[in-house]
Amino acid sequence: MNSLGGAFMVVLRRDLALAMRRQSQIINPLAFFVIVVSLFPLGLGPEPNLLKSMAPSVIWVAALLATMLSLENIFHGDFEDGTLEQLLMSPSPIFITVVAKVCAHWLLSGLPLLLVSPILAGAFFVPTDALVTLMWSLVLGTPTLSLIGAIGVALTVSLRRGGVLVSILVLPLYIPVLIFGAGAVDLAIGGIDASANLYILSSILVFAASLAPWAAAAALRISTE
Amino acid sequence: MTDFLQMGGYAAFVWSAYGLALVVLLGNVIAPLRQRRKLLREIARAATRMKGGSTS
Amino acid sequence: MASWVWFHKLGSPKHFYALSEKLLPWFAYATAITLAISVYGAFSAPPDYQQGQSYRIMFIHVPSAWMSLFIYVVMAVSAAIALIWKIKVTDLVAGASAQIGASFTFLTLCTGSIWGRPMWGTWWAWDARLTSELILLFLFIGYIALRSSFEDRAAGAKASAVLAMVGLVNVPIIHFSVQWWNTLHQPPSVSKFGMPSIDPSMLWPLLLMAVALKLFYITVLLMRVRCEVLDRERGSPWVQELALAENGGAVQEAKR
Repeated sequence: MNSLGGAFMVVLRRDLALAMRRQSQIINPLAFFVIVVSLFPLGLGPEPNLLKSMAPSVIWVAALLATMLSLENIFHGDFEDGTLEQLLMSPSPIFITVVAKVCAHWLLSGLPLLLVSPILAGAFFVPTDALVTLMWSLVLGTPTLSLIGAIGVALTVSLRRGGVLVSILVLPLYIPVLIFGAGAVDLAIGGIDASANLYILSSILVFAASLAPWAAAAALRISTE
Repeated sequence: MTDFLQMGGYAAFVWSAYGLALVVLLGNVIAPLRQRRKLLREIARAATRMKGGSTS
Repeated sequence: MASWVWFHKLGSPKHFYALSEKLLPWFAYATAITLAISVYGAFSAPPDYQQGQSYRIMFIHVPSAWMSLFIYVVMAVSAAIALIWKIKVTDLVAGASAQIGASFTFLTLCTGSIWGRPMWGTWWAWDARLTSELILLFLFIGYIALRSSFEDRAAGAKASAVLAMVGLVNVPIIHFSVQWWNTLHQPPSVSKFGMPSIDPSMLWPLLLMAVALKLFYITVLLMRVRCEVLDRERGSPWVQELALAENGGAVQEAKR
């Protein structure tokens, strides 16, 4: 067990350290998130009730797209410089490597989105108690996005122009998270209890956390053979 | 007969739906037929080139 | 023991080709007959109380929807078998099924749209079935796209198999979430997508059409897989003999 935990920490620390050196990796998707969300009032007009009703889906869809943009950071860099093959050949099981990388990805992309979201939601006139629901939905939803996204990038890491293809593969699988995540915030804005949605989001998360690493590991093996 | 074709005024909808279905079914049949013919032609040409010769 | 031998033989492309040669005419005839009877039944059933004659689109739309889902499951399962047990023919089945399945999904969406127009007055509605079908179309497209973007066919087959398995696991989740989403946002005037109260005279053509389409799928699947077998095995003597036999005359003429 010690070696598994150790292997996990090594990969996690490395990914975080590499990201700290290239801070644009963190900032760019976040900036994209903020900009995209800000486009909607510019397109729709500043009327508070309209913005309030659109807020859940605007924020959630922008979060999905921003996550998509940052997905390639999980495996791409390591694939290009040969580190990925080294990691796959190491004695520790591949799924630990995958789990560690997914955690790093969430810390670098999902967490920033989460922290910025209440500010943006406030700009959309979302009431305070719905803000709490929004953050809960993002906490429970964005790790799932990282997990499923990891499968998508693992499948396409060896392809030359994998970028748009990843979106086609992964976005349909994101739809349940979007439905329950945005749905939760929508209910909360309407004053209705949204805990059922949050419970469903957490079961989706547990489900994804138990299966996605295996699928991604299998995909990595296929991509690098 | 015209009653049948008219479909109670919904003729355009019903017949275009069935027509589209026919197109999809036919397409699914024709595609493999054409592919088979093309494949066999290619393979035959390659085989003759290997066996036969370079007189032409 | 003999049955295992037969099963293993089936996995070999050459034996599959020979066996499918014998089976194909039977499936083709069965398809034609069941299709003809279904269409007859579709048009001889009485008009619906509420929808008049337009409900007849149901006889295509609903079985087509069932087929799209059925084919996705077959595709994912055969891809999984190919990945795990390395049986080549099942991989060919998966690849061939993808395009057939996508075409049925497309047909479901179009007939749904056409049916929706007289029913609700709009060409599109975000109801549970159509929305789920749309997502299923995306899943098919993703599989086809991934499979074809690998230069190495074997890697493409394996990668798309993983994708299909992930997709298969997600299909119930997607259905459930779309159902939930739809019941939450449903406009009060619309109930289930216009399914007329099913009279027996309407039920049997519907079910028979479902059977007919399944037979059709098997027929067309066999045809496509046979093409794939010819393609993959083009180097082997039996394929070259076959090609020369069917094209011998033509090649001679071209030489002259």
